[in-house]
Amino acid sequence: MVTTTPKTPDISAVRTVPTTVKDGRAYTVFRMVNVVLLVAICLVTLYPFVNLIAQSFSSQGYIMAGEVNLWPKGFNLTTFERVFGDERFWSGYRNTIIQTVLATTIAMVLTTTMAYALAKGHLKGRSFFIGLVVVTMFFNGGLIPNYLLITDLGLKNSVWAIVLPNAISAFNLLVMKSFFENFPAELEEAASIDGLTTYGVFGRIVVPLSKAVIATMILFYAVSFWNAWFPAFLYLSDPELQPVTLYLRNLLAGAMGSGNEAGMESVQIGANIQAVAMLLTVLPIICFYPFIQKYFVSGVMLGSVKG
Amino acid sequence: MTQGTGAATAVPDVGAVQPPPEPGGPPGPDGGRRRPARRTWAEALRKDWRLYTFLILPVAFLLLFRYVPMAGNVVAFRRFRPGGSIFGDEWVGLHYVQMFLNDPTFWRVFTNTAILGALTLVVVFPLPIVLALMLNELRSRRFKKVVQTITYLPHFMSIVIVAGFVYELTALNGTINQLITATGGDEIAFMQEADWFRTVYVSSEIWQVVGFGTILYLASLTTIDDQLYEAARIDGANRWQQTWHITLPGIRPTIVVLLILNIGTFMAVGFEKVLLLYNPLTYPTADVIATYLYRVGLTSGSFSYAAAIGLFEALIGLTLVLSANAISKRLVGASLW
Repeated sequence: MVTTTPKTPDISAVRTVPTTVKDGRAYTVFRMVNVVLLVAICLVTLYPFVNLIAQSFSSQGYIMAGEVNLWPKGFNLTTFERVFGDERFWSGYRNTIIQTVLATTIAMVLTTTMAYALAKGHLKGRSFFIGLVVVTMFFNGGLIPNYLLITDLGLKNSVWAIVLPNAISAFNLLVMKSFFENFPAELEEAASIDGLTTYGVFGRIVVPLSKAVIATMILFYAVSFWNAWFPAFLYLSDPELQPVTLYLRNLLAGAMGSGNEAGMESVQIGANIQAVAMLLTVLPIICFYPFIQKYFVSGVMLGSVKG
Repeated sequence: MTQGTGAATAVPDVGAVQPPPEPGGPPGPDGGRRRPARRTWAEALRKDWRLYTFLILPVAFLLLFRYVPMAGNVVAFRRFRPGGSIFGDEWVGLHYVQMFLNDPTFWRVFTNTAILGALTLVVVFPLPIVLALMLNELRSRRFKKVVQTITYLPHFMSIVIVAGFVYELTALNGTINQLITATGGDEIAFMQEADWFRTVYVSSEIWQVVGFGTILYLASLTTIDDQLYEAARIDGANRWQQTWHITLPGIRPTIVVLLILNIGTFMAVGFEKVLLLYNPLTYPTADVIATYLYRVGLTSGSFSYAAAIGLFEALIGLTLVLSANAISKRLVGASLW
């Protein structure tokens, strides 16, 4: 059975200590303190989420009185009804999904094909093209030139302003390249002897056998596009096109009484509306989290092997 | 496992084709593949034209969306006219550079950037090492996994969500102020007081990055040979001595490389996070180079001036990365490239 899954160390493994070894008393105390501290760290990490859920289901009065911490007070679902009834929230969600799918697809096509070509050691001009990528890791055009370019191309208020400019991440590309470099050459040779062209080898041998690394890269891109808000803030003034992250930032800005430029009504936004919108925005990430975490962790380690 | 079966159904012959790996085998055909004879471009294109077609779109992308903006920095030396060329219309030399060098606000945001960056580096950088060492002492795989899963979670949150959490917790009626009033203190309007901005920023940074930052250290810890610990135990070293003499030296290369990366990017303070968290009241400590040039360029429309500041910041960043790398190469023999 041939699978080319990238090998990364098991970082959840624990060292086995021979039973013959006795811990000193100081070390036993340390181990207990250590566990207590780690539990405390976990609780602190989780607390904002717990507080968020509690606020989402609480009534405004209790939140304003500063009485909502771990558990909802004045349980009610009216805020959910209000957010669910907000057309902007749904269009934001729809836009986030559309933009994430489109941007990830474009990014994957460009990254995978380029990484594959650059992984071929015999390709003439290879180091020039690799240099072209590496330079972008250390120097980029900066906010103003990028803004002027996007505006000049007429991409403002179009999804292309969001999905095109970040299509190739140099980091992801180099990870894929080093993965393809270790792809078993015999497989590709055998396939080309069988009459497959480069396209055939790539599409029918390499891609199907690289599912794990491709899945990792898809998640890297998808999570970053899903979470992005700033490109939309810069380029999408049309509320019809704005993703849910921007909807949320406008709620925050409205509540803080600054940044009314985004067209939010300047009324004070109730704390629980904010909480509900945040909860609904993080929910998909939390749901997929157990699944994506594993890929992310191995992806980060892959990147470190050849960064 | 599912990947294996999926791949096998897609390409049924592959399993049969692959020869068993020969670890000690001769370099043979592989050696020839890696060291090609010099070929002319005409030959290379004739043989590999399909591979080159793979490069057309990505290279076009890089040129348009990476290299044109790089060249676009020339607008820092040319006057930009709305509706005119994105590279500016007439040379003004170092006019905009002089302008920001004489701009007191620029020096304020420069200082703020350096302080915020240095604080983040000093406070946040060591914490993943400590957390990784703490995880390394655990003996229950399940508990370790739970801690890892929970502490990695914040990394996956959008900056907007992180900012939302900050507002939620630091609000006058939020949890932190409840704790303060419960212990007899007075409520603090954290987000309105410039004195508090750095603390708030660094704390949110700790919450978001420390857990995920342990991954590379944990990976590096797995490479330490158990026999070293065994030998140390026989020599009578206790756990502290083992940590000090075996564990830390074992992960030193990782620490050095990540330190270089962090020093190289320390002026690149989280622009988006500051933009979401600051307001005119906290400008005295919160305003950084990136947010200032954002306001100068995109709110006030002084594109050339903002581009000059941006170029300056990018050059500082580049210099920092290159010098950090050179220093570590000389001192410890570890470098990024």
